[in-house]
Amino acid sequence: MFAVVIVGVSVITFFLSTVVPGDPVRLALGQFATHEQVEEYRRELGLDQPVYKQYAHYAGRLLQGDLGVSIHTGFPVKSDISKFFAATFELTTISMIVALLIGLPLGVLSAVYRDSLLDHAARIISLSGVSMPVFWLGLLLQLIFAVWLGVAPIGGRVSSQVSAAHPLKSITGLFLIDSILTGNWPFLLDFLKHLALPAATLAYSSLVIITRMTRANMLEVLRQDYVRTADVYGLPRHKVIGKYALKNALISTVTIVGLAYGMALSGTFLVETIFSWPGLGRYAASSIINSDYPAVMGTTLLVALIYTVLNLLVDLVYTILDPRISYR
Amino acid sequence: MAGAIIVIVLAILALIGPILVPTREQSFSLSDRLKAPSADHLLGTDDMGRDILSRVILGAGISMRVGITVVVASVLIGVIVGAISGYYGGWLDEVLMRIVDIFLAVPSLVLAMAIAGALEPSIENAMLAISLVWWPWYARIVRAQTLSIKREEFVAAAQSLGVPVPVIIWRHIIPNCVAPVIVQASLDFGYTVLTAASLGFLGLGAQPPKPEWGLMISQGRSYFPTSWWVATVPGLAIFLTVMGFNLLGDGLRDVLDPKLKE
Repeated sequence: MFAVVIVGVSVITFFLSTVVPGDPVRLALGQFATHEQVEEYRRELGLDQPVYKQYAHYAGRLLQGDLGVSIHTGFPVKSDISKFFAATFELTTISMIVALLIGLPLGVLSAVYRDSLLDHAARIISLSGVSMPVFWLGLLLQLIFAVWLGVAPIGGRVSSQVSAAHPLKSITGLFLIDSILTGNWPFLLDFLKHLALPAATLAYSSLVIITRMTRANMLEVLRQDYVRTADVYGLPRHKVIGKYALKNALISTVTIVGLAYGMALSGTFLVETIFSWPGLGRYAASSIINSDYPAVMGTTLLVALIYTVLNLLVDLVYTILDPRISYR
Repeated sequence: MAGAIIVIVLAILALIGPILVPTREQSFSLSDRLKAPSADHLLGTDDMGRDILSRVILGAGISMRVGITVVVASVLIGVIVGAISGYYGGWLDEVLMRIVDIFLAVPSLVLAMAIAGALEPSIENAMLAISLVWWPWYARIVRAQTLSIKREEFVAAAQSLGVPVPVIIWRHIIPNCVAPVIVQASLDFGYTVLTAASLGFLGLGAQPPKPEWGLMISQGRSYFPTSWWVATVPGLAIFLTVMGFNLLGDGLRDVLDPKLKE
């Protein structure tokens, strides 16, 4: 099943990168290429062959991990992507964790204390969060905190002065972990300052979805008979919620995590552009502007892969948590 | 629900937008460039001296057009695919649902970006890209509905009377799918506007000098942060529009499907 999906996505990206765009040969060679040069390059790229043969080559290269060469930088897409992957992974994962840490309790409390001030506030925040364009929120945060209040830097992952004065030894490629492991506190501090705004922006959009769905799930669970029974038996409220309701509501939350991570992945393209975060998102966005199809398709494929694997994990965790469901 | 009333007003305002002819639409005067909001220009002027309020109102027309087109297109494709898939079942169902899974394997914005990126940047191609990304959701909803409606007695009755299958689907199954589709569609209207704005922001949707909100934000970034209103005002417009449709969608859901109400 998983394989079918990945193959399907690769067909789509293949279609989009070779069949759809105008003429990649002319694009690469420029306006003044002669007819012979164009034909020669076309043969070199294998573009004169029938479509299914081209796909076979494409798939073969994919399986070997070859994602093509970037039209813009001239480097293999794979090395470009691996350069930027760590930064994006770090941003999205930290944002997700923050979103979960805030969103889950908020959703639960919102459901438990239904129609209270907290509940209404949470619902308003959720509604506005869902309606807000993520790049607009990023701009606003930049304006308020970086420009007007001056408490955070405008962009980048770490400032060059700090990076030069306290160079970071790279162990995992993730600045947060590496700086803690090597005790490079100035670096860590500077990194956290840079991380604050983009992570807040990205976390916000995931957070509101998590809150909304957790609230809905919790309300559903609280309506159940066994909760009412526990209440009637005189079990203290916090025990009813903590021991029974919560666990069952959280099972559905696992699915939400998958969805929210998908939103974070989409949002990262825009957030990274706004905050000049050196990650895949910014790389993809600039590749799109440069009509660098191999780069765009490589990134899309990678994102699809990550998302699919994540959903697979979510399904598996679901089957572990809920013994009634067995994996097909 | 008070929210619904506010929303309907908002929705009507959004609809009147394109008909409303604003002052000084595309006229620009370079001596007026980058003026802060004032009595003359309620929302300021942009880098070409164009009145931002007028451009934002015109942008509403573009967003409405995009929203309606995309939602109608996705619903049409999704409903047909979902109904056929659910009704016939078997290998057709398997194949169609695998295709749906493939499309849903990539987060919507990412896939829309990839599709729009491969085509010539234009509003029409952006609409095409978003429609291609959105129809799978409707297919799934309709398929689920079809599967349960299929078992109803009136369907069996129609079948035994020899009613041709397309007619059964058209006259019996699809009308019963309408409620969840409408709820989803009204919510999706907002998300469509959001996605179109995101594509515009990346340069993949409307092209200058069209006053598309996402494009305006992206162009406004060059004058950020000194002339901050150029980039932030269109965003406010997007925010209010999407919020309006989300409230509308929530309200519709309360009305049409009380089971889903908390």
